[in-house]
Amino acid sequence: MEVKILSAKFDIKDAHTLEVAKQHGAYSRLEKLFSMEPVAVIEEVKSSGLRGRGGAGFPAGLKWSFLPKGLNKPVYLTVNSDESEPATFKDRFILVRDPHLLIEGIIICCYAIGCHDSYIYIRGEYTTQVKALQAAIDEAYAAGYLGENVGGYGFKLDVTVHRGAGAYICGEETALLESIEGKKGQPRSKPPFPAVEGLYGCPTIINNVQTIASLPYILENGADAYKQYGTEKSPGTHLFGISGHVQKPGMYELPLGLPILDVIEKVAGGVLNGKKLKAIIPGGSSTPVLTPEEAKTVTLDYESMAAHKTMFGSGGIVVLDETVDIVKLVENLAQFYHHESCGQCTPCREGLGWILKIVKKILKGEGSMEDINLLVELCDNIEMKTVCVLSAACTMPVRSYLNKFRHEFEAYVKKGASAQADVKQG
Amino acid sequence: MSNRSKLIVTGKPFRYDQERDVEFERLVKRYPTRESMILPALWLIQEQEGWISAEAIAYIADRIGTFASQVYECATFYTMYNLHPTGRNHICICRTLSCWLRGKQEIVDYLKNELGLKPGEISADGKFSLEEVECLGHCGTAPVVQLNGEFHESMDVDKLKSLLATLK
Repeated sequence: MEVKILSAKFDIKDAHTLEVAKQHGAYSRLEKLFSMEPVAVIEEVKSSGLRGRGGAGFPAGLKWSFLPKGLNKPVYLTVNSDESEPATFKDRFILVRDPHLLIEGIIICCYAIGCHDSYIYIRGEYTTQVKALQAAIDEAYAAGYLGENVGGYGFKLDVTVHRGAGAYICGEETALLESIEGKKGQPRSKPPFPAVEGLYGCPTIINNVQTIASLPYILENGADAYKQYGTEKSPGTHLFGISGHVQKPGMYELPLGLPILDVIEKVAGGVLNGKKLKAIIPGGSSTPVLTPEEAKTVTLDYESMAAHKTMFGSGGIVVLDETVDIVKLVENLAQFYHHESCGQCTPCREGLGWILKIVKKILKGEGSMEDINLLVELCDNIEMKTVCVLSAACTMPVRSYLNKFRHEFEAYVKKGASAQADVKQG
Repeated sequence: MSNRSKLIVTGKPFRYDQERDVEFERLVKRYPTRESMILPALWLIQEQEGWISAEAIAYIADRIGTFASQVYECATFYTMYNLHPTGRNHICICRTLSCWLRGKQEIVDYLKNELGLKPGEISADGKFSLEEVECLGHCGTAPVVQLNGEFHESMDVDKLKSLLATLK
């Protein structure tokens, strides 16, 4: 089931070095790139149907075409390598194993959108990853693939790595911009959208690492080759991270559109130690949970996920076996989102704290049926009432656990803290 | 939300060593505003000293030419900036979703017992400090521990024992 487009060089020894990367095609697309008009590059990417791989799935080429024309201002590209959504661990493979693929992608994007200064925003925890990336950038500068005259084609491009320092919210694109500008990462109201008014008040494109790393293949082989993979509306491949209770957790590159249960069974080796499947988180911790029954008809693409009232998200699939205590899982997630709230909007700052407090109360066996309803009411009062979607990233999954596993919350109310024993028996 | 507010005053002036001085000047040319240097400048302090003091915050505010309050805002908002010294061996254990599912609690409990520390504490001899952190992005090889910035994947108590034995 696996295909190797983005991950083609991942298993090649020393492919992170310029020398080996070049032997396997790195920077070989620059000749074609600079023979094209920028607008033709944008059209090719649009035609490929490549969608943003950060979670929202917005068509990349379309985003680029929102840049205003004829403004006398610089245009910026910021590459989002914050990768902080729990269960997401894909971009770091590109940073460490094939960083020149990312750099080549940045050159392609910057030429297309007329950008000469690009920033890669990388989460602070990625210590070894940032070193690998910086080493590759230094090599690219030394070889003339970055700097005043990229590849000798007369195009100037500087790429700077900007390290975050432990804030999930900076994966939100406008918080990311604030962070580069030297402020705390609190999201901006939109509009204006970053394509119009972004970094330093200038037009800015923000794309995920994996999105940018998909560009060299599309440029070399054309939109039609890319569209051979995946589905009509969700073309291409994705780096899926499979974690939790599976035999073979890990990162796998797969075409979009495969049945989720087949992937768990055939790619990830099935549920760990032959246990029964309880539920699946399909695309990172903020995506609503799926029951095994629902999962039967789910395929790994944006449309199928939406049809099942969940989201494709970041492609981080988490498998939960029969022993998982859903109420405790909700506590774990609520604590994460509460901790990561930037504090700007009251419903999020206070509300996520209340969700956590009530879940803890239920776990102690001190909750009432009213408390379960109160959790639902809180979700209603938080969701979409804030500047950004961090609060919804908590309430959407919490609501799904309350809907689909309400009996587990009720068991704690009826039987007190000992309810966990029942959960384990199914 | 971050609830870090206290800075430690050392009573000693702070300045970058020569290596950080050069790096600061290299980076400042990459941004159209000097304020963009706040996060990189804080990282340079932490690389040099291991943590960030009140004097260090004042130093970079002056060097960047911005309000000390804006530097303080960033130093307290971003939780990876240490506002007090850590142990010589700083151990971070991921507490979130996939690591939780795959047994991070055993790791935490073992370290608590072995080191006599709770997350957030530093040992009396300064050898260890312990922290539970949010998702470290290594969910496929959970549970994961970060020791002095290096990742240790698919951890269990036995691996942890051999790792601790190598530390000074």
